[in-house]
Amino acid sequence: MTRTEILDELKKVIAPYTTNKEMLASINEQTDLIKDLKINSANLVDIIIDAEAKYDIEIDYDSADKMVNVGTCIDVISEKLNEKA
Amino acid sequence: MGKRVVVTGMGVVSPNGVGIPAFLHAIQNGISGIKFMPRYQELNFSCQVAGMPAFDWESLKTKNYISEVVFHGLKGTNIGYGLVAAMDAWADSGMDCETEEPRWETGCVFGNSIADTEAMKNVIAKVDNKEAKKLGSRVVEQAMNSGVTSYISGRLGLGNKVVTNSSACATGTQAILMGYEFIKDGYAKRMLVGSTEHVDTYVYGAFDSMRVLSRKFNDTPEKASRPMSITAGGFVPGSGSGALVLEDLDFALERGAHIYAEVLGGSSNSGGQRLGGTMTAANSTGVVRCITEAMSMAGIGSDQIDLISGHLTATNADRQEIQNWITALGRGGDDFPLTNSLKSMIGHSLSAAGSIETVASILQIVHGFVHPNINFEDPNPEIANLVSLEKLPVKMIKKEVNIAAKANFGFGDVNSCLILSKYNK
Repeated sequence: MTRTEILDELKKVIAPYTTNKEMLASINEQTDLIKDLKINSANLVDIIIDAEAKYDIEIDYDSADKMVNVGTCIDVISEKLNEKA
Repeated sequence: MGKRVVVTGMGVVSPNGVGIPAFLHAIQNGISGIKFMPRYQELNFSCQVAGMPAFDWESLKTKNYISEVVFHGLKGTNIGYGLVAAMDAWADSGMDCETEEPRWETGCVFGNSIADTEAMKNVIAKVDNKEAKKLGSRVVEQAMNSGVTSYISGRLGLGNKVVTNSSACATGTQAILMGYEFIKDGYAKRMLVGSTEHVDTYVYGAFDSMRVLSRKFNDTPEKASRPMSITAGGFVPGSGSGALVLEDLDFALERGAHIYAEVLGGSSNSGGQRLGGTMTAANSTGVVRCITEAMSMAGIGSDQIDLISGHLTATNADRQEIQNWITALGRGGDDFPLTNSLKSMIGHSLSAAGSIETVASILQIVHGFVHPNINFEDPNPEIANLVSLEKLPVKMIKKEVNIAAKANFGFGDVNSCLILSKYNK
């Protein structure tokens, strides 16, 4: 999967956790999940769990800590997808 | 002399009506909310009927009770009911939901029994399957007993005392009493009070096993809840929520709030599970003390009570309850006040009973009527011997109600009684 493909899929994963739908439509790799999308920090766990299910991957604690903006989320997801491949 | 406390808003999620207008119509017309539950038949329950509100779960999101994000992952039915009753009461009192600053003057006392164990079943399965990591962030806030108060106070920005109470079937009246006391004593200007209950399959099953539920009317569900009748064979579990906005009278007048009624006082005690009281049976001495103390705190005489909204669940405790009211009030026979049991229409909503029945009591004060006791065509002769049957109406009576006494008695031998009045300047 290319980074753009992952980003498009990631939007769907994030959607239930943000009320800022306009911002979600225009996210880029620099978009911060908490500051820009106003996601409750407790909900980051739910996004990770949903991403695990969606991509059939396992995201360990250390990798999860890196997932603060869209770019780092894509980094972690593509890394785990490559490990699986 | 404490502050006077008035009711300025009400909301209700009842098996026979969601929202005040539907509920008022139902209690004036004796409409039952009890339905047959096919699932309970499959599960081999003896009692296969229940009072379940016609609740539109999606409305939590579509009517902006909570945001889409909060809605996503909300599983606790008790919390959903509580949110709707509380926010409807808030809107009814004429206040905005949105606020930037916490409302430091307003608190919340809301009660419930337990979290929705049906929702928790999924949690237990995941943990047992070694998948605790997949539970996510939303379980704890809904499993905790204070879940409902947390959701309500968070949505409305309530910044005064936020308390979750639990005292079985006395929970609702006790929540209202606690909120009243905080305002009367000057700790808060406004309290959002009430209670919620979702009798899920597992809790229902446990009651069924105690053989305290109605089991002979599964084919005629609307007849299954029969307080005070000779064929009363147990209660019918109900679910729902009731909520009230209580305010310091001066505070309410200043903002030009609509005033429904006044809370004159009340009492909450326990029979100590002594003198005949047990985990499941009330000590009559405790009940009588609770009612007399409520009248004394309210500063009224027993002759002033126009209406008793009884606990009256349709078990063999009904006769003793009537006897306790007679003893506490010193009034029996033809002198007994008009008395009704909302449970004849909606069953017994456990923790929510007190708040839903208080909403019903206030509606009777505001609109000048006494709702009927349905399914009372065959009175228990032991009750008919104590009080005149005219005082236990089977049809709605249009009549001015100035003062109502609302009491509930719960497992653990706990009692709560409120004295409610028409608001007089």
